[in-house]
Amino acid sequence: MPTFSQVFPSLPLAELATAGLGTTPEQLARILRRGRALTLDDFAALISPAAEAHLETIARHSQELTQRNFGKVIRMFAPLYLSNECINTCSYCGFSRHNPIPRITLPIEQVQREGAMLAGRGFRSLLLVAGEHPKFVSNGYVTECIQRLLTHFPSVSLELGPLETVDYLPMVAAGCEGLVVYQETYHRTTYVALHTAGPKKDFDWRMDTVERGYAAGFRRLGIGALLGLHDWRSEALAVAAHALHLRKHCWKAYVTISLPRLRPAAGGFQPVNPMSDRQLALLIGAFRLLLPQVGLVLSTREGPHLRDGLMPLGITSMSAGASTEPGGYSSFDENWAPGEQKGEQFHIADERPPELVAEAIRRHGYEPVWKDFDRSLVVAE
Amino acid sequence: MSTTLQHAPLIIAGRTFSSRLFVGTGKFPRPETMRDALAASESELVTVALKRADLSGAGDAFANILEFLEPTRYLLLPNTAGAQNAEEAVRIARLARAAGLPTWVKLEIHPDPNYLLPDPIETLKAAEILVKDGFTVLPYINADPVLALRLQDVGCATVMPLGSPIGSHRGLETRALLEIIIEQARVPVVVDAGLGAPSHAAAAMELGADAVLVNTAIAIAADPVRMARAFAAATAAGRAAFEIGLGRQQSRATATSPLTTFLG
Repeated sequence: MPTFSQVFPSLPLAELATAGLGTTPEQLARILRRGRALTLDDFAALISPAAEAHLETIARHSQELTQRNFGKVIRMFAPLYLSNECINTCSYCGFSRHNPIPRITLPIEQVQREGAMLAGRGFRSLLLVAGEHPKFVSNGYVTECIQRLLTHFPSVSLELGPLETVDYLPMVAAGCEGLVVYQETYHRTTYVALHTAGPKKDFDWRMDTVERGYAAGFRRLGIGALLGLHDWRSEALAVAAHALHLRKHCWKAYVTISLPRLRPAAGGFQPVNPMSDRQLALLIGAFRLLLPQVGLVLSTREGPHLRDGLMPLGITSMSAGASTEPGGYSSFDENWAPGEQKGEQFHIADERPPELVAEAIRRHGYEPVWKDFDRSLVVAE
Repeated sequence: MSTTLQHAPLIIAGRTFSSRLFVGTGKFPRPETMRDALAASESELVTVALKRADLSGAGDAFANILEFLEPTRYLLLPNTAGAQNAEEAVRIARLARAAGLPTWVKLEIHPDPNYLLPDPIETLKAAEILVKDGFTVLPYINADPVLALRLQDVGCATVMPLGSPIGSHRGLETRALLEIIIEQARVPVVVDAGLGAPSHAAAAMELGADAVLVNTAIAIAADPVRMARAFAAATAAGRAAFEIGLGRQQSRATATSPLTTFLG
């Protein structure tokens, strides 16, 4: 079976993006009557400039499809940053190798402390995040973190540097259920220009990581592009194509898509082709109309007002009260002021504590769901 | 409602149910709304996803769905949603039993997380194991008459074929196969999934289903409590009509010239 990196070069994504820009009102009317996007052409039409006038209709279809498939619930999760050590040079990332930030890999005991704090705040679903560094963030270290954290968290997922299938096996065996790998940009030339050194330079290797993870037994696969590195419409089309590929080739996996917009970070990289809030809402709707059962994740990269507004438009999963600095939960002190965390990957925009985010979710008529997985499904007690 | 449309009680594995509407507990906007909708449905059997519940016995306030389900009012039917194969389903069912939950289990195994369609092979495997292990097994299946018979043969207490995919609200798209399942069944047939309107529930009952299970249509309704009542009324009406006997639908006028008068 071909991997996505093998089929990717032959996908007519540039043509679709160009054709999408010329979407006519008649094309849009046909899609909106149906309330579904059946092809990538439909998807391109739904993110076209012409579609912006129909945002309200698209949002309504998106909400209806989301509620039928997921109900009126939002799944809650928190990221736990294990390490900001990284051997890659990525122009836009705060952890980039040559950025002069304090570097740390949390000792296992501190990982447990951080986990206990997050569990105390209600989280039962955790995303472990780390820079790519085979020495500090070794496979054995990650597996041990998973084992220790499973006492608090029924669901643990990973967002790490890409590994081989065989390296993922012990992590899955330990009870880890999800793997998140953002391609960052699906535009090869941009990718090469932004990832100038380190193993991350290999575009194709990264692209096939979730498929290698699936082969190891991960049941949730997260993908996404970092919006702001290249034209967002082209990126969205590539993410959609990737999700469609995974639906066919990794059919047992629940696919989630994140829509992170680039945030200010150490290194000072400026977003290109920034997308507006309305365009972000449009994109959520377009993904939902193309992929009614896909998980759509909204992180604390967006501010409270926008997050609250986007929540009922098709989002299924949200983080809250996140720290993007290793040790950021347990080292937090009351005198801390925004912008003072020097070791963070990027600075978050929604700084509300989890209980306030949960309250906002309830206010919008949704239930925040903290536990939606049981480790007994994957691990014999 | 129930007094005017009183119908024969339903018996599953020796237990009697006066309501033929079963309700699911997922997708509700608030646990309080779920509790009120369940009460309004007058259901006596509600199913709950074990993955949403705290099975550790620690009383987790962030996974407390069971606290909203009164065990004296309902028979709690734990379901194995999230399991992708027989091994996982058996494991979580046993864990639920160890946590003190009822030994009735709604066996749901769906490896495809998109349409949540049940895996027939793994379901049959798990059903065999769980029945032998003393569970009362109610398997969620596609509307497959042969699978329904195979599950009866291994000792399942019901079969629960789907009307259409979960959450689709498309009603009885599997009608032709449901008719065969109902005709051949020796155990109660519960039509599960896809019932998006009370009329769908009524239609299933008129067809001769023994009960229906509804979740999404109630949970995401603008007023779940009233929608639960509407489903209860429709289920009772459909059952009453089935018991009374519906006139056959006529698709054409009766021929005026009799065919058999020549026989004298």
